[in-house]
Amino acid sequence: MAMSEAASGTPVERVSLRRVLGPVQIWALGVGIVLVGEFTGWNFSADKGGSLAALIVCWFCGLLYTCVAMIDSEVTSTVAAAGGQYAQAKHIVGPLMAFNVALYLVFAYTMLEVSDAILAGDLITQVGTENGAVGLNHNPFLVLCIMVLVWLNYRGVLMTLNVNFVITALAYASILVLFFSVQPWSQGVVLKLGDMITPSNALPYGWIGVVAAFQFGIWYFLGIEGTTQAAEEVRSPARSLPFGTMAGMITLLIAAALTWYVCASLLPWQQLGVTFFPLYDAATLTGSPVLKLLLFWGTVLSAVASANGCINDAARAWFSLGRDRYLPTWFSAVHPKYRTPYRSILFLMPIAIAFVFIADLNQAITFSILSGVLHYTFMSINILMFRNKWPLGSIRRGYTHPFHPLPAILLFLLCAVTFVGIFLGYGSQLIAMVIFYVIVSLWFHFYRYKYVRRGDQFTMPWPKPRGY
Amino acid sequence: MAKYTPPEQSRALQIVDIIFLLVAIFVALWLPLKMKLAGAAKEIDKIDNPTWENLKQSPAQVVQWEKLGFDPAKAHDVIQSHFHYNIDWTALIVMTVVLVGYFVFLFKASDREYREVIDEKFGSNK
Repeated sequence: MAMSEAASGTPVERVSLRRVLGPVQIWALGVGIVLVGEFTGWNFSADKGGSLAALIVCWFCGLLYTCVAMIDSEVTSTVAAAGGQYAQAKHIVGPLMAFNVALYLVFAYTMLEVSDAILAGDLITQVGTENGAVGLNHNPFLVLCIMVLVWLNYRGVLMTLNVNFVITALAYASILVLFFSVQPWSQGVVLKLGDMITPSNALPYGWIGVVAAFQFGIWYFLGIEGTTQAAEEVRSPARSLPFGTMAGMITLLIAAALTWYVCASLLPWQQLGVTFFPLYDAATLTGSPVLKLLLFWGTVLSAVASANGCINDAARAWFSLGRDRYLPTWFSAVHPKYRTPYRSILFLMPIAIAFVFIADLNQAITFSILSGVLHYTFMSINILMFRNKWPLGSIRRGYTHPFHPLPAILLFLLCAVTFVGIFLGYGSQLIAMVIFYVIVSLWFHFYRYKYVRRGDQFTMPWPKPRGY
Repeated sequence: MAKYTPPEQSRALQIVDIIFLLVAIFVALWLPLKMKLAGAAKEIDKIDNPTWENLKQSPAQVVQWEKLGFDPAKAHDVIQSHFHYNIDWTALIVMTVVLVGYFVFLFKASDREYREVIDEKFGSNK
């Protein structure tokens, strides 16, 4: 199936991605990418609307991502190909949509990788300075973090995701240890929720602050849909992908609830809204050096796991574009020994390194969120088209999500609210990014598409779609 | 429908395409930062001679601020930095039109391409 081609487009060898992954690695890929959202980023929603707003958007964004996971599981268990939602768009909507979806994925994951590197570098620098180091600069840590992970991804997907499983599990364990260490069953002993959140500061900006908070509420779960990027490397996609994605979503819902409860009970909402390290700060406030050390490592490991998964996913989306000739075929090469899309992995590295120097943490997060929300808007329409073109019973589905079309409608409405939330803080960036997508879409439709083999874009053994 | 055979792209044109994409990516992401368009405007509602009382912090909150190494002067900018949300309806309408227009173009142009794919794969109904 997968093929590497020389720059001229002439096939020179047939080397496919290796089917080695199971549900454990899928869980690690999804949770690994997202878990960093509990260690930083979600808390900026408290800045936008107060601590209570951060909890409200946690619930609503949990609902949004449950819809994403349900919809994604159905489509991906049926369309199992590298590129995930890109392959879905290609079979259900059309090449131009697929091209845009792949770019959403590449941008969302590359900017998430940038955010991860900034988080790890800043925390290491801060803790080093607190412990007496003089003249520490975070830049070497940022570059080192990205380069080591790129090397790991270059060397092989199984090793990459096994490493992710271990470090994600350790980072998750640090949240659980913190939660049980602060005696959550005895408010007032360590946790002081009633003192930190009062009727006068719960929603300092009223309900408009809650809408604004949606922008960063997305960060609690952004990236869980990345599980589908590895579809072509999974041994049993129809079973492993829905199982890994749903298990990942449950894991994250628990982590998000625990994180909000501990942080909102320890930090004044103004500090909660601006700190880069809410869980580390919460650990600091317990006065326990052990917890502080644990959450330092938890934060660093979660950032590393996330960046690792992001490099994996962004490279696979870029690789898929090259393989289908939506981009120069040079990108579609598979490494003859390690069986990884090595040129795509290497090409995206300097972009990530450039942006760790020119963007700050919440700007990088916003770039990622913008592409994410455009992507989820597509998904809500995509599932309606999928069910319409191939109704239930017309093709074999690995998983069928319940209550259709309610999750799709809910997802669309929540995306609309999130766009308004982004407009309240980053409207200019949103418009700049959409203009970018319009320009590259015109480029693709009127120029690049001529290099695409039409019939090759549909590879599933399905009957002709209804209405065509 | 006759099978469409795409032209082969020369090495030089592949490089041109890569450069175009790189430039487009950097312009889209970097320009808003350079033009200081990124980020919501927060304003500091200044209080002269800040104390925990006039910063409206309860005793329990003061304990937490002090554990984090803040005194009233240092905490002032964090506490008094506020958003002043007001909806610019014209800008909201522009954003909505841009977004809706983008998606309409995307789905319509995709559908045109998709019909060619389906025709070549399954044969045309026409």
